[in-house]
Amino acid sequence: MNYWNKYCECMEREELEKLQSERLIEAVERVYYNVPYYRNLMQEKGLMPEDIKGREDLNKLPFTTKDDLRENYPYGFFAVPLSEIVRIHASSGTTGKPTVVGYTRRDISIWSELMARTLTCGGATKDSVIQVAYGYGLFTGGLGVHYGAERLGASVIPISGGNTKRQIMLMKDFGTTVLACTPSYALYIAETMAEMNLRKDDFKLKYGILGAEPWTEGLRQEIEEKLGIVAIDIYGLSEIIGPGVASECLYKTGLHINEDHFIPEIIDPATGEVLPDGSEGELVFTTITKEGIPVIRYRTRDISSLNYEPCPCGRTHVRMQKVVGRTDDMLIIRGVNVFPSQIESILIDIGETEPHYLLVIDRVGNMDNLEVWVEVSEKLFSDEVRKLEELNRRIAHEIQSTLGLTVRVKLVEPKTIERSQGKAVRVIDRRK
Amino acid sequence: MKIKQISVFLENKKGRLAQLTRILKENNIDISAISVADTANFGIIRMIVSRYNDAMQVIKEAGLTVNTADVLAVEVSDSPGGLHYVLETLSQNDIAVEYLYSFVRRPSERALILFRIREIDEAIRVLSKNNIKILSPEEIYEL
Repeated sequence: MNYWNKYCECMEREELEKLQSERLIEAVERVYYNVPYYRNLMQEKGLMPEDIKGREDLNKLPFTTKDDLRENYPYGFFAVPLSEIVRIHASSGTTGKPTVVGYTRRDISIWSELMARTLTCGGATKDSVIQVAYGYGLFTGGLGVHYGAERLGASVIPISGGNTKRQIMLMKDFGTTVLACTPSYALYIAETMAEMNLRKDDFKLKYGILGAEPWTEGLRQEIEEKLGIVAIDIYGLSEIIGPGVASECLYKTGLHINEDHFIPEIIDPATGEVLPDGSEGELVFTTITKEGIPVIRYRTRDISSLNYEPCPCGRTHVRMQKVVGRTDDMLIIRGVNVFPSQIESILIDIGETEPHYLLVIDRVGNMDNLEVWVEVSEKLFSDEVRKLEELNRRIAHEIQSTLGLTVRVKLVEPKTIERSQGKAVRVIDRRK
Repeated sequence: MKIKQISVFLENKKGRLAQLTRILKENNIDISAISVADTANFGIIRMIVSRYNDAMQVIKEAGLTVNTADVLAVEVSDSPGGLHYVLETLSQNDIAVEYLYSFVRRPSERALILFRIREIDEAIRVLSKNNIKILSPEEIYEL
């Protein structure tokens, strides 16, 4: 087992928690004295920095939400003068203004360290040829992986996303061993390879460092099989640091959170109450070493759980379960909570279904209607109408018995559902 | 004896069928027989074509879902009771027909019908025994 920083990654829990407490105290002081937003909030609650004596006092502190960051657009959350900021990233801002984050030189250095850990955790070494097909630019994916891969000493191909055929040609010619991109783009690359009549043996790929969107075990298996790689899930968000918050090790049983820099909690998204270890709920992070934009109890809206059991890889850092959905992806259809990932799992369990699907929700009269579009793959297709109708019924039946929802299933031609080169679009909600 | 049939999945939308025939035309592929099974949402196009391998490739390249099945091309006398005789023979031997359709053109005064049968080997045996002529792939592709 390779570690990038064995001392930090395999630290005894007791020592780790002591370090977290020390760093939390400093972080709270930093935001109290440097970020008026937090100071006002703490004063309203009658909290002084010295009231926080360690991680056990974390739940006295207020939450931070994406809306809070937006309302203080662009620099309201920065804890240092702009002259100390060496890099600015921003989220896509699909719903309103983007959220802006700034990094000091030290933040960039820590981020590179955490990404070097992530890449090592996922099988990369200084001998790897890493193709970074995450988008470069304001999105943290591309540059985050890039800096980590350079810190690791690997050979970096900074190709960014898109231009898939050229991407594949270079992957072959340059002997890429590690592909870093979103899972949906990895699948798109695999499909494009097949269209180009290329086989996985034509490539030297060994590992995929995939993240930035929720994905299922089924999709992982499909990517691993089609590209002939070990696919590793990584997790991050720009508000915390970008990629590098957590990463699976080669045991693939949860993602180790870099706990010497971030303290995770799981809360009930409805009440904000901290849930016991092992419960599923909304993931919350407090950054304890960030200088540019430290955040206190940031609500990620990602649904996960925490596992403190020791991992066979030797890392002591807590493992978060693969994100199962987002509190804001959650659809409420006829009063039933539905995550697109549930539908995806059902389709994969049915077997042979390429996980290309789209949920179309509509309101007819007062009734919500869910239509599930499923692309018919070659494996699934039959020249007999009866068999296709059977397939249709079976998908509808499985969804009904799992979710308790009657749905209409529509079989569609391949490539009907838009392929993304970034995040996958799985839902069209026409109810508004 | 077995003929390779190509089937294509198409959504039931205006222009889809024409898109498929355009691909074949542009690649100079001839259709010897065709049938369409349609439902409210989708259709299945089944075809016998010249240059089967090329046809598969160009249809796949166009991004359509395609697969193949073995069918039998059976010569049927073009007179009342001709088709009935074949179906009766199969039925008496407990062989089910999934579907059937006929050729675009006729080689002679006899009609040519395509049968999709799951127990295809058994069907070949029964039909041959009853002196019903099954055309070979060579005979079909030369049509």
